[in-house]
Amino acid sequence: MLPPQINLDGGDNSLIGWILQIAWLLFFVVFMFYGNRIQLYVMLREIEGSMSRLKIFRDEGRKNAIQTIEELGKPKGDPTARVDQFLEYFALPPQSMDPAGIVWKLEHLLDVMDERFKDEVKIMAPAADMTQTRNIELTLEVALDLNYFYKVVRHFYILGKKTLSLYVIMQLQMVLPLIMRMAEAYRSALKAVTLGQPIGDGAGALVAAKLMQGYEKRKIPKDCVVATVPFEGRTAHIIKAEGPGGNVGKPGDAIKQIIEENEGKIANIIMIDAGEKYEGEEPGEVAEGIGVAIGGPGVDQFKIEETTLKYKIPVNAIKIKEDIGDSISPMRKEISDAVNTAIERIKRVVRERSKEGDTIIIAGIGNTIGIGQ
Amino acid sequence: MSNEVEKPRRISYLLLTIIIVTLAVSAVALSLALIDVDAQGNIVLKQNIDGSLLLIGGSGFIVSAYMLLQTRRRTMRLEIKEHPVITTIVCQKCGFKNVRDFQRGDYIYKEAEPCPKCNEKTSVTSIYREVEEKH
Repeated sequence: MLPPQINLDGGDNSLIGWILQIAWLLFFVVFMFYGNRIQLYVMLREIEGSMSRLKIFRDEGRKNAIQTIEELGKPKGDPTARVDQFLEYFALPPQSMDPAGIVWKLEHLLDVMDERFKDEVKIMAPAADMTQTRNIELTLEVALDLNYFYKVVRHFYILGKKTLSLYVIMQLQMVLPLIMRMAEAYRSALKAVTLGQPIGDGAGALVAAKLMQGYEKRKIPKDCVVATVPFEGRTAHIIKAEGPGGNVGKPGDAIKQIIEENEGKIANIIMIDAGEKYEGEEPGEVAEGIGVAIGGPGVDQFKIEETTLKYKIPVNAIKIKEDIGDSISPMRKEISDAVNTAIERIKRVVRERSKEGDTIIIAGIGNTIGIGQ
Repeated sequence: MSNEVEKPRRISYLLLTIIIVTLAVSAVALSLALIDVDAQGNIVLKQNIDGSLLLIGGSGFIVSAYMLLQTRRRTMRLEIKEHPVITTIVCQKCGFKNVRDFQRGDYIYKEAEPCPKCNEKTSVTSIYREVEEKH
């Protein structure tokens, strides 16, 4: 039997053959003229899918906040309306045309916001104790952020649909995977903060908590605790935010107070914080460097830098690496295990960067939810 | 709190219809290109294969199959995995270790229930979640 031959010189002349060839040609013409429009609709569909997912997260956040308030706060009435108002809360940043003194303006603004949030929670959940109040506050903040994600994506989706601008839709579609990653992290944070589980951001606070175990602690402003501990032949003031409620405290004020109590005679400051890792790095890797290891809006970093500059105190930093998702989700085992590695690194830094008999400060930075002292 | 999240429907029926129609047309084109019926009514492989129909049918088949696979992959990605959070309680005297699921109210360095072995104080030493890393 002869092998089959492939004929490439004109094709089947049957009616079906002609129909198929015309359909094929039409397919190319349609793609040539309407390719962008088709691409736009495909992208819009993709955004729609993510948006419906964000809406589910937003609703879950809202439901969670209401349930937690009802469960822990025992409110007299239905807190739904108040929660809905809270989800629309906004804070206007200070004017920066003349940047001199903006740090204090920002600090004032953050203080006002903090007070306002606390008052709102007290009104919504009168029976909640301090730890529960902080956790409810954090739950509401996460719900607020989830609401914000949904509203921003919806805004650009509707704008893109209205204008049919490929570039508006394309920009949104390009950043959407990152937004979704953040939103999913916030969603898992929701459960953690509602239940009061430690989160990845608390790695620094956990190091400090471990170092101050068995020693007397005292409260220092604002919302922080300090313990004076003998450490590698030195006297170490260990600082962390007061737990186990969701709280980051004001380590800037706390470190400043300890430095001033010791009249600036501090040989070294070691700050431990959770730091963002690059893709490809393992969560829980420990790295060391110099500088004020603290996130947030920058007020605390500014204060610590000012005080350490005044007294010429060197600042060393230890970073426990994790990604943004891990930092607000329940603490991973790798990060929990990295605490011991971080302590070994602190010991080495202390031995190398200070003399026996010196006084040092070790500050564990981060949200101390689910971590006592 | 419920761990189940309602799965949003991502595959449109229109897209699915287009894919199925393309798949059917491609199958027809492929059969026209490759198959013939002889005088006895038996289905036989064509001796003179039509190249253009083979190209149309083959490419249509590959594209629609790929699209079908993509939509399936997308729906699978929507499921949210939640990892259990573990609490470890250690006896300060005898070192007895109790690992259990996290319960509301647990926090690290919280004094927990007395040790079942020596009746001494125990405390929560760690709370964490275990994640299986995808590579």
